[in-house]
Amino acid sequence: MEKRVTFNERWLPYLLVAPQIVITVVFFFWPTGQAIFQSVITEDAFGGNTKFVWFDNFTHLLNDSSYYESVRITVVFSFLVATVGLAISLLLAVMADRIIRGASAYKSILVWPYAVAPAVAGVLFGFLFNPSVGTVSWMLKGVGIDFNYVTNGNQALILVVIVAIWSQVSYNFLFFLAGLQSIPKSLIEAAAIDGAGPGRRFWDIAFPLLSPTGFFLLVINVNYAFFGTFGVIASLTQGGPGQATNILVYKVYNDGFRGQDLGGSSAQSVILMVIVILLTIIQFKYIERRVHY
Amino acid sequence: MVENRPFVTFLSHLVVLVGVIIIAFPVWMTFVAATHDQDTMLRQPVPIWPGPHLFENISTVLTEGYKSRPGSVPLIVTLTNSMVMALGVAIGKIIISIISAFAIVYFRFPLRMIFFWAIFVTLMLPVEVRIVPTYGVVASLGMLDSYSGLIIPLIASATATFLFRQFFLSVPDELAEAARVDGASPMRFFWDILLPMSRTSIAALFVIQFIYGWNQYLWPLLITTKESFYTVVMTVSRQANVVDAVPAWNLLMAMALLAMLPPVLVVAFMQRQFVRGLVETEK
Repeated sequence: MEKRVTFNERWLPYLLVAPQIVITVVFFFWPTGQAIFQSVITEDAFGGNTKFVWFDNFTHLLNDSSYYESVRITVVFSFLVATVGLAISLLLAVMADRIIRGASAYKSILVWPYAVAPAVAGVLFGFLFNPSVGTVSWMLKGVGIDFNYVTNGNQALILVVIVAIWSQVSYNFLFFLAGLQSIPKSLIEAAAIDGAGPGRRFWDIAFPLLSPTGFFLLVINVNYAFFGTFGVIASLTQGGPGQATNILVYKVYNDGFRGQDLGGSSAQSVILMVIVILLTIIQFKYIERRVHY
Repeated sequence: MVENRPFVTFLSHLVVLVGVIIIAFPVWMTFVAATHDQDTMLRQPVPIWPGPHLFENISTVLTEGYKSRPGSVPLIVTLTNSMVMALGVAIGKIIISIISAFAIVYFRFPLRMIFFWAIFVTLMLPVEVRIVPTYGVVASLGMLDSYSGLIIPLIASATATFLFRQFFLSVPDELAEAARVDGASPMRFFWDILLPMSRTSIAALFVIQFIYGWNQYLWPLLITTKESFYTVVMTVSRQANVVDAVPAWNLLMAMALLAMLPPVLVVAFMQRQFVRGLVETEK
């Protein structure tokens, strides 16, 4: 889409885009180029003696079992965050959509988690599930479950999944609710006149019409689980115990800053960039379709 | 509502109510923990109703930070830093994106599409992915431990530019035409016509970007080493991870409470702009 009416100025448009372009080049393109460059070289510990090593950093990475472990954890984590998170948000949105009285009060509370930083959410849940004082871990002890995310890897993974879902629930809920409210009332009424009950109307009408929203949210949630959950991991488990919650984006940071393995960390960055680019392309392909829906 | 089914309505309320209680529970417990003294918060089960020590705890963390530890920063400092950072990111993003969107929509110039695509691809590269080299760039520019280092790398945003571009494309051409016929300069048109018309988009974007800036964690963690530049979110997370013989949960949760209060207030009081901003920036 283009404007018919435009202004004729020689230098003004360059001046106007300059701040954004300068910042983009300095803080996006330059570092990205560096990441790609560093992924094909090795440096000794003092930053001197740079050596070009082709794809050694990548082959090294792909022969490293801890990298595969991190990939596996990331896939399990993202799958759980996306599917369970979307299911809960959809349930809440469908129920909230039926409610007339008090709907805005419910909605006001359901949008809160969006405002809480994932890192702070991690601290909140770390308190609730703290093995010695946490209210929830105390309740779990009452039913015979010994919950200790500090030492038990599976429980740590479950906890970071819960926190990640909690942080994202507002976002999913609002999009599902908007999707439900855009379904023409006449469709629902026609089905009701034909004798379809609420359950039937949901599965046969609302659910198919929501599928574009659902697919969009799926991509957003996978993206979120891959990259947006850094704060949750960092403030709750730091990738541990052992490797149990060491998702890819945390591993990049951990290997690069704590392990000082620049080549390995950059190779991981490059792989993650490819993943983000793929996700973004899928997202935009889909959005083009949604316009015609 | 299509038909009256009291049972289904009751069930809907029940499900949503349970959801709301579960979702609000961590926030409630944070508040409760911030209202008790240290000893109460060490005995399991900890209380689930508020106690009398809220103001005491809040004033302790505001003026001394997490007091048992040497070198802990008064929260008033970190809250101020977070406020500077969140406002800087939100306002900075809005300014640079609105003028670049104006240039891309209302002018024809060589390289226009190249600039457009250069901005577009930044969508694909979150900070977390290219964290090590970005840190290197900021360090080599001497921007560690400064507000400019906290703010400027985060203000280039494709989403904001797209939002404004979308909006400008929907503005009737007749307005620009009339302005040109009347001999108004482009900047005059921008100030007197376009900017006032963009008010609702700006408000929506401000809410989203304020929360984004306030809730940054990894970026301030990396580029600040001086306590005087710490932000509140990273401080809370950092203190939560120090192992203490006798943890002061009351103080830690008072800190967490203060860390989430400003963005929660923004969402609560600007809910309409918030929802609008959320839905529109993702298009």
